[in-house]
Amino acid sequence: MAITHDGPAPAARPQSTSSIWNDARFRGNVAQIVVVAVVALLLGAMIWNAQENLSNQRIASGFGFLNQTAGFGLNQTLIPYNESSSYGRALLVAILNTLLVAVVGIVFATILGFLVGVGRLSKNWMVRKVCTVYVEVTRNLPLLFHILFWYLAVLAAMPAARNSYSIFGEVFINNRGVYIPRIVFGEGSHVGFIAFAIAVVCVIVLNKWATARREKTGQQFPVFWTSVALLVGLPFVGFALVGFPLTLETPVLKGFNFVGGSRLLPEFAALVVALSIYTGGFIAEIVRAGIKAVSHGQSEAAASLGLKPNLSTRLVVIPQAMRVMIPPLTSQYLNLTKNSSLAAFIGYPELVQVFAGTTLNQTGQAIEIIAITMGCYLVISLVTSLFMNWYNRRVALIER
Amino acid sequence: MKKILTALALGASAVFASGAADAATLDQVKQKGFLQCGVSTGLPGFSNPDSKGEWTGLDVDLCRAVAAAIFDDPSKVRFSPLTAKDRFTALQSGEVDILSRNSTWTLSRDATQGLNFTATNYYDGQGFLVRKSLGVKSAMELNGASVCTQSGTTTELNVADFFRSNNLQYEVVAFQGQEETLKAYESGRCEVFTSDQSQLYALRLKLADKDEHVILPELISKEPLATAVRQGDDQWFDIVKWVHYGMLNAEEAGITSQNVKDMLNSPNPDIKRMLGAEGNFGEQIGLTKDWLARIVTKVGNYGEAFDRSVGKGSPLQIERGKNALWSKGGLQYGPPIR
Ligand SMILES: N[C@@H](CCC(=O)N[C@@H](CS)C(=O)NCC(=O)O)C(=O)O
Repeated sequence: MAITHDGPAPAARPQSTSSIWNDARFRGNVAQIVVVAVVALLLGAMIWNAQENLSNQRIASGFGFLNQTAGFGLNQTLIPYNESSSYGRALLVAILNTLLVAVVGIVFATILGFLVGVGRLSKNWMVRKVCTVYVEVTRNLPLLFHILFWYLAVLAAMPAARNSYSIFGEVFINNRGVYIPRIVFGEGSHVGFIAFAIAVVCVIVLNKWATARREKTGQQFPVFWTSVALLVGLPFVGFALVGFPLTLETPVLKGFNFVGGSRLLPEFAALVVALSIYTGGFIAEIVRAGIKAVSHGQSEAAASLGLKPNLSTRLVVIPQAMRVMIPPLTSQYLNLTKNSSLAAFIGYPELVQVFAGTTLNQTGQAIEIIAITMGCYLVISLVTSLFMNWYNRRVALIER
Repeated sequence: MKKILTALALGASAVFASGAADAATLDQVKQKGFLQCGVSTGLPGFSNPDSKGEWTGLDVDLCRAVAAAIFDDPSKVRFSPLTAKDRFTALQSGEVDILSRNSTWTLSRDATQGLNFTATNYYDGQGFLVRKSLGVKSAMELNGASVCTQSGTTTELNVADFFRSNNLQYEVVAFQGQEETLKAYESGRCEVFTSDQSQLYALRLKLADKDEHVILPELISKEPLATAVRQGDDQWFDIVKWVHYGMLNAEEAGITSQNVKDMLNSPNPDIKRMLGAEGNFGEQIGLTKDWLARIVTKVGNYGEAFDRSVGKGSPLQIERGKNALWSKGGLQYGPPIR
């Protein structure tokens, strides 16, 4: 309607025709829309062309295969899976296995890296040298070598199931992995779990309260030991109330292997150990650099305030070093996650092995599978980065 | 890594290619001056580099025979060692002209992998290798066992079927390469190494204490190990198929690398047709009249290749069994050349 309306003509906005193209914002938007459209068109054409070519070559395409029966077995599944599950389910199992290795590896690598990194700056000559040797040896050997060493060399030295190393007849170590007893929670166990949840809440509240009090009055409260007491004590009381409905399922040798209990696959163990030790070497250097980056004046100032060296490291140096360390630490975490794909060499059922390997070969759908695999790693990496960036901002905020 | 590169190459070619049909493989091969043949990474008897680095074996001989038929020179072959995982992608992407790598002919591979199986070079079945000290006499006693195998194979699927259908517990540990699989078995990670039976014979030779291991009597599957070519080039498909059938026909007619010269003068019309003294049969599939004479002279007939690679003349000592000619009670049957 507005168009046919013949009211006061453009004269009201004399420069309108010329100014709209002179407006940098408008021009920028148009350019962006054009670029997006071109990219979308190109992508569309590529996908269409790929489909056309694949069907000409009689190669199956599409994502329908994800619903088909996988037919192969997997020896570590965090969610229920069997041979008649679908390829999609196998993908999920594989992603979880990758995440498990990544998370456990990151935790160990970080602990190791911090210990060694601080150790390299120790006043003790022995400690310093041992840490230096560790860093040099681990960082300078290829990761695949680490993995194969921990898998083949250590595995070959392990006894067969019948001659397992046994620890008090409860834990068994052999060339099939490490078997540990599993706690089976019986009737009424929820009371214990609820008690544990309450303990967690208490610990959080206690922490907040103690910090507030310290900032107001300067008085210290033994938060750590109180927390431990709460976390252990409350669940204990909870389980005691219902008469300890817990049983221990001990692994027993039956036929070729142990049954019952929980089992750590040798592939998993080797991978976690190799990744942690390897990445730990890099993290140690990051930690050392981070600490060195904090000016010496800071610890001198802390000392002149009467802080003991230990406290000054913990309260003054490390928090500031964290800010320097987080970005390179993030890339180490990303590396560790991606490096877990070397597991294909030792048969740990993770993403590349199960999906980009077995599934690709059984279905032949290389393009779709490689695309999904890349997508999975991308998402895992982006989520890790997002988390680390969030943490980085939190640490950075403490600066005044 | 290699796998991903190959897959990316395939992706790129699928995404960007113009969609025009492939030029004829035969012309490409002639232009290149050699045949690119996909084989295993090293499997004694089938495709394995010898001490001089020369590839030998039954699968290798098929490629050499194709080269002999085209170039009259069995050495005009280049070999691409491929793991189980990489092999079909390598064929699809054009990295190899022929896949002659102990690959089982199955419906889904035939239908969805963009390839055609030409003929079965070796009839096999899946078996189990265990340590003698285990005292196991039959696969049915393997309840609860850990099984090492190579990923991306029919083996991986059959083993799941076998244990499941017999209600036996098992754990499968799947490795990408054959070296790693064998190492893991040797280090005791698994009670059982499973693979096509012929490959068990071959790989047992690689074990340090090879007499300490036995192959269980059960065969749990049908594994027709066949040669494959890309789908969509019928001429090439015919050539590769008939090279195998030609070698079978030669064996059946008693033509060997030793007597082929004399056989050229044979009055037998069958032999005359085969060796190109009569008719133009080789030319009908795009080769020369003397195609089969070239093959038998340079490589030998099927029986000769078999004996030399996996049979009596080899360390594997495998009986002809199902791979005997049909006329001797086996399954190898070459349609007539006429
Ligand atoms: N025939 C089966 C299995 C073939 C296969 O790859 N077998 C292994 C036996 S361990 C092998 O030959 N590996 C040799 C290699 O990876 O180079 C199939 O086609 O899936």
